Amino acid sequence: MTDALTAITVLWGFVFIYAVMATMDFGAGFWSMVYINKTQTKATNIANRYLSPTWEVTNTFIVALVVAVYSMFPKAAYTLGTVLLIPGSMILLLLSVRSAFLVFSNIAEDYRKVLTYISGISGILIPGLLISVLPITHGGFVEFIGGSQNLNLSKLFTSPNEYAFIGFAVSSTLFLSSLLLADYSKASDEIHAYKVYRRDALILGPISLVMAFLIMLTLRNEAAWIYEKMMDDLYILIVSVVFFLIGGLALVLPSIGKKSLKGMPRLAVIMITLQYLAASYVYGKAHLPYIVYPEVTIQSAFTDPNSFRAVFTTYIVGFLILFPGFVYFWSLFMQDKRYLRQKKVKEHS
Amino acid sequence: MDDILIARSLFGTTMGFHIINATIGVGLPLMILAAELLYQKTNDIDYAVMAKRWTKAFAVTLGVGIPTGTIAGVQLSLLWPGFMEVIGRVMALPFQIEIYAFFVEALFMSIYVYAADRIAPWMRIASLTLVALGALASAVLITNVHAFQGTPAGFRIENGELVDIDPWAAFFNPSFGVTAVHVVFTAYMTGAFIIATVAAYKMLKSDFGSNLYKFHQKALMASLIIGGIFSILTAANGHSAAQYLHEYQPEKLAGAEGLFETQKYAPLAIGGFTDRETESVKWGIEIPWALSFLAGNSFETEVRGLNDFPEEHWPPLFIHTLFNAMVGVGMLLITLSLIAFVWNKLLKKDKFPRFLMWLFVLSGPLAMLGIEFGWIFACTGRQPWTIYHVLTTEDSATTATNLGILFVLFAAVYVLLGVMEIIVLRYYFRKNTVTDDLNRAQQKEIPLYGSNT
Repeated sequence: MTDALTAITVLWGFVFIYAVMATMDFGAGFWSMVYINKTQTKATNIANRYLSPTWEVTNTFIVALVVAVYSMFPKAAYTLGTVLLIPGSMILLLLSVRSAFLVFSNIAEDYRKVLTYISGISGILIPGLLISVLPITHGGFVEFIGGSQNLNLSKLFTSPNEYAFIGFAVSSTLFLSSLLLADYSKASDEIHAYKVYRRDALILGPISLVMAFLIMLTLRNEAAWIYEKMMDDLYILIVSVVFFLIGGLALVLPSIGKKSLKGMPRLAVIMITLQYLAASYVYGKAHLPYIVYPEVTIQSAFTDPNSFRAVFTTYIVGFLILFPGFVYFWSLFMQDKRYLRQKKVKEHS
Repeated sequence: MDDILIARSLFGTTMGFHIINATIGVGLPLMILAAELLYQKTNDIDYAVMAKRWTKAFAVTLGVGIPTGTIAGVQLSLLWPGFMEVIGRVMALPFQIEIYAFFVEALFMSIYVYAADRIAPWMRIASLTLVALGALASAVLITNVHAFQGTPAGFRIENGELVDIDPWAAFFNPSFGVTAVHVVFTAYMTGAFIIATVAAYKMLKSDFGSNLYKFHQKALMASLIIGGIFSILTAANGHSAAQYLHEYQPEKLAGAEGLFETQKYAPLAIGGFTDRETESVKWGIEIPWALSFLAGNSFETEVRGLNDFPEEHWPPLFIHTLFNAMVGVGMLLITLSLIAFVWNKLLKKDKFPRFLMWLFVLSGPLAMLGIEFGWIFACTGRQPWTIYHVLTTEDSATTATNLGILFVLFAAVYVLLGVMEIIVLRYYFRKNTVTDDLNRAQQKEIPLYGSNT
């Protein structure tokens, strides 16, 4: 494997991890808003219990992603930086409002509702804009004139493909997050919340799959090069759909431990993650060697070999240092029954 | 305005707002750690309550500092793609390592706050230490990029191409140490004086000798000691920083001092404004020979003046004023800490006079102003370069036009976040008074941290 291919694989890994974490993060913020008036279901509590300790970690991943692009593919960073000025700025504005108001809503109890609405709504818009980076890299909306690049915004926002991507991002965000929160609720013994999130996942799963088909349909017209390359790996896409079906089945079948309860959310989470992993593998592979079609490839954008080796070394060292931290974090917030099944502490004294 | 000026203004506004929260984000954890350690040592519950309240304030500033930091990191690529292309090739390491520092800070901050009552006290202190270290490391690492911009190293340029790239040589560029230490010391100093501001104000508003008064007095003393130590360290380090300018960026030093003619026995101009026409500093006080001595530890040191350099490479002349304002703030804070020390420890008086208390109230905002002056001085003083003698600001900027609307949008969001931040902090601390927290801390069954989150 060449260095450039290693680098793009690492980057793809980051994109995938961030995508999963971000859907959880923005989705949980949204559900926390949706169920804020239905206090008896505890659905909002569950979402907040997940969100409070994790949002900062998730946010760090987006910075990690941007840094990975410019440290491994500086020339791609140049092109992406130039063409993404407007959508990137919109993402940043929404992200800052979303994060800040999320923190504010936790601190200013009396105004929690309105603050949660602001952070929930700005949060759910972000995935739609974030995913727009993908159709932009397909090249159809970027004008390369001489040495300069320009994003044709009106062409982008009149493209059915762009809207298919946006729809996919938003529905996937809600689907994955409701599924994960269903699992989290079950682990927390919040049966009422579990039922709510399980129902949401069952509704949103098929919608997100339809959106995925819409992406493929519109892709064929707008970026045939990547569509055709994806079709070369059709069997993996079929495997991905199979994972989706198993995941759905896992939600419908009775639980192994508790016969009275329907669904095995942990299994469903794993299956659906595999579904997205398989599909994004096909997409990522078809995207190669282009970072921005047709001008910027992984070879042409690749950094200096010395720099890459240094950066790659820090990845390994950084991973070794951080891994125990992540495990400890996981054990405290995802495993610890005292955290999961906490009684709601008295709000004010 | 031309597009480059708008791009600079936009990024400058982002940074100007971000560094307020970032500085507090680096400075406060040290204060929290000090309070936690004092609590372990004295078992005085006041210190536990201090740690808890400062952690709340810290969490709110993080709520703004993290997103604005994210904006700054991404805006670098959006507004300065030419700059980031070079940085990506040569100087990616500090950004990359900074990510790990962010992760350490984010992971252990959540553990410290949301798992406080489930983990052992030593683990709490360890988590807090890691938060402080993470914040410290991210400040050091981002400053490293700034240092590289002034003293680039680790590559050569051949026919317009970057060759012989050595990323670790770039990482350990000449001014890394001195610049990073400067940022860390001033952040610790500022964090401490911000606490002093609040504590002194609250003491003025409460009855002398009451529990509340004593609580804030303890906070004030801790902050004055830490703030005093770091303001003196800052001065010592600032001196080396200026000597680095003399060696590596003589135009910047000449601009900072308003010196036009290259000379030995150069005078130091304090205050005043640099005048282009007369090539002198007007309204300032001149100390003969002092600049030569400060620059090279000898009166015979030759200090280069602006006339040695082509005018298009001059930094803007107003940096003299910014430089003086920064140094002035530092001197003022040292004086203030020394007076407090003499009054309290040598004269053993238990009550500060009112005017001194009001000066303490001013110390936090003053320190923050010093940070802003210093930062604007450091970045405008490097103009017209983004990387000294390698890359101009013009070649770094985005080719996009119509940045004006973005400037307005971002500025509006910063105003919104800044105002909300103040409102939320005031709301929270009014609703949860020191007395409330002291009561909670005394009732063991209510966990202090979980009691109001």
